[in-house]
Amino acid sequence: MTRPATYPDAWSALRGRPWRFLTSVWPWRCLAYLVSTVPVGLVVLVALAAVIGLGALTAVIVVGLLLLTSVPLITTVVAEVERARLRLVLPQAHATTPAGGPATTPRERLRAWRTLPMSWSELGYAVLLATVFWVVDGLVLILALAVPGVLILAPLLVRVDTMDVAGWQIDTAAEAWPAFGIGLVAAATVAYLITALACGQAALARVLLDPLEARLVDAVNQLRRSRAGLVDAFAAERRRIERDLHDGAQQRLVALTMTLGQAELELDRGPGLDLVTKAHGLAEEALAELRATVRGIHPQVLTDHGLAAAIHELAGRSPVPVDTDLHLDGRLPAPVETAAYFVVSEALTNTARHSGATRAQVHAWVTGQTLTVTVIDDGRGGAEPADGSGLAGLAARLEAIDGTLEVTSPPGGPTTVRMTCPTT
Amino acid sequence: MPDDLTAPAAPGRTALRIVLAEDSALLREGLAGILEKAGHQLLAAVADADALLAYTARHEPDVVVTDIRMPPTHTDEGLRAAVAIRARHPGIAIVLLSAYIAEAYVADLLDSTAATSQAGIGYLLKDRVGHVREFLDSLDRVAQGGTVVDPDVVRHLLARRRNDGPLTALTEREHEVLALMAEGYTNPTIAARLFVSEAAVRKHVGNIFAKLHLDPDSDRRVTAVLTYLRGSS
Repeated sequence: MTRPATYPDAWSALRGRPWRFLTSVWPWRCLAYLVSTVPVGLVVLVALAAVIGLGALTAVIVVGLLLLTSVPLITTVVAEVERARLRLVLPQAHATTPAGGPATTPRERLRAWRTLPMSWSELGYAVLLATVFWVVDGLVLILALAVPGVLILAPLLVRVDTMDVAGWQIDTAAEAWPAFGIGLVAAATVAYLITALACGQAALARVLLDPLEARLVDAVNQLRRSRAGLVDAFAAERRRIERDLHDGAQQRLVALTMTLGQAELELDRGPGLDLVTKAHGLAEEALAELRATVRGIHPQVLTDHGLAAAIHELAGRSPVPVDTDLHLDGRLPAPVETAAYFVVSEALTNTARHSGATRAQVHAWVTGQTLTVTVIDDGRGGAEPADGSGLAGLAARLEAIDGTLEVTSPPGGPTTVRMTCPTT
Repeated sequence: MPDDLTAPAAPGRTALRIVLAEDSALLREGLAGILEKAGHQLLAAVADADALLAYTARHEPDVVVTDIRMPPTHTDEGLRAAVAIRARHPGIAIVLLSAYIAEAYVADLLDSTAATSQAGIGYLLKDRVGHVREFLDSLDRVAQGGTVVDPDVVRHLLARRRNDGPLTALTEREHEVLALMAEGYTNPTIAARLFVSEAAVRKHVGNIFAKLHLDPDSDRRVTAVLTYLRGSS
């Protein structure tokens, strides 16, 4: 089917507009689901009956017990097949790997299954499938396909035979055409019936095969991945903006100051020179401001030389004297470096603005797979991370890469900002 | 302003033969314009380190002026090229231009100077180029074998060490003298800038070297001071 998938699954299609539903792919997929239920159900019935029957008969000799232990294996296989089949109706249902974890080779899977604890909901589903689903689906399909089929084909069939549909005798062409019309309406009704049945069955299958907990774990994992992805995307975007500003406006401003500097050399003393000198000063201020902005977005020295060099630069710029003690060999992942840089930057800014400190210390080290950075000042303390300081935002940013941020600032000081972050 | 800083561009200056490397076309043209206007002979203006090395080998210029951050990696291509030039052509003076202060650069710069000839070396922030006179003056000092370090870099280094024992022992005036020494100025220039006598500067310099336990007879006093400030002494 080439029709664009306008509905994400059969259930939402069912609740949509009738015409769009009827012309969509979903009634057909639901039909395929129900049709395939019959053979699958039969096979499961035979397999379960054979294993349980034989097992019960031979239970006295140990063989039967061994045979019975393969029931979980069967139900697990059934569950796997059914999860795959479920996607006919609910394509977005997650193919959650059961407790065995993501196994790759069939042999590994088998081993995982063997050691798997018995899943009662999977067994329940297998029994339901083997005894109820395929029977119901088979009957519904026969009725639901036969009635509209016969009615729609009535204009053809009437030429060879008379028909009796639910007590209505059709033997002339004049009667056959209304039957055709009714057949079409019946077909549409059947499409709804089939889809509703498939949806109900699929929902039940999902509840039994795909427990809520597993789905939540899955959703959480996906959220965590997407959050980390978002942080990465933000960081990449910041680096891009930094590069754009550096290659664009900043270069032009430097060129402008160069030109103005040359003009100053060319001009004789007088109002002209004064104006050019003033313009030169203004251009330099603009350049300095732009540099400060770029630093706030994503400092170049961090991109080029890593965290240690960038922290040294921060320390050198801080109005409060800063001692640094950095044990950072090599580069860390970009999101980690960025987060750590902005923690130090924000902490030193707060120190300079609010703490009244006379000096500060920055320590950074990596133990195992964890980066720890602390910024300590000897100020008056009493800082509240929630007081609209940038640290609250940084804490959120760190959380996204599984890091932590602690601020301890008792009244009277000292204030300690401590962050940790995995480096992998 | 003392005379030696505000001397007019062309006359009185030695025309220098220069190879320039800067990846931004805008800045390259601007720099080329400034250098030519000042009466220097621009042998080549190139956009990357490979070309810089090639033209330097071909022309043997007096001075190489190069951006540090150039393609392909945009980190320290220019610096590595400078180290290579030092090794192959020890007589060529080198001016490095940086967009920001990176202490790693200063360290590499000092190591490469200490190990080699008397040829001058300079480390300037790009913003300095806008101060055309100051820039051309720095260029001349480097061409004459001097070491020139951007005042912002010196301030930065001083800020890092300001709590260290020996530095706190310096007087305000000695601090000023130390900063100018680190920038690469000679005693007469420092005297002119601070409006004091040369003898007074000599006395301050002596005090500084004593307080910082540096060798007063070192002919590489800029390197000595910068190494001290870097904290690896």
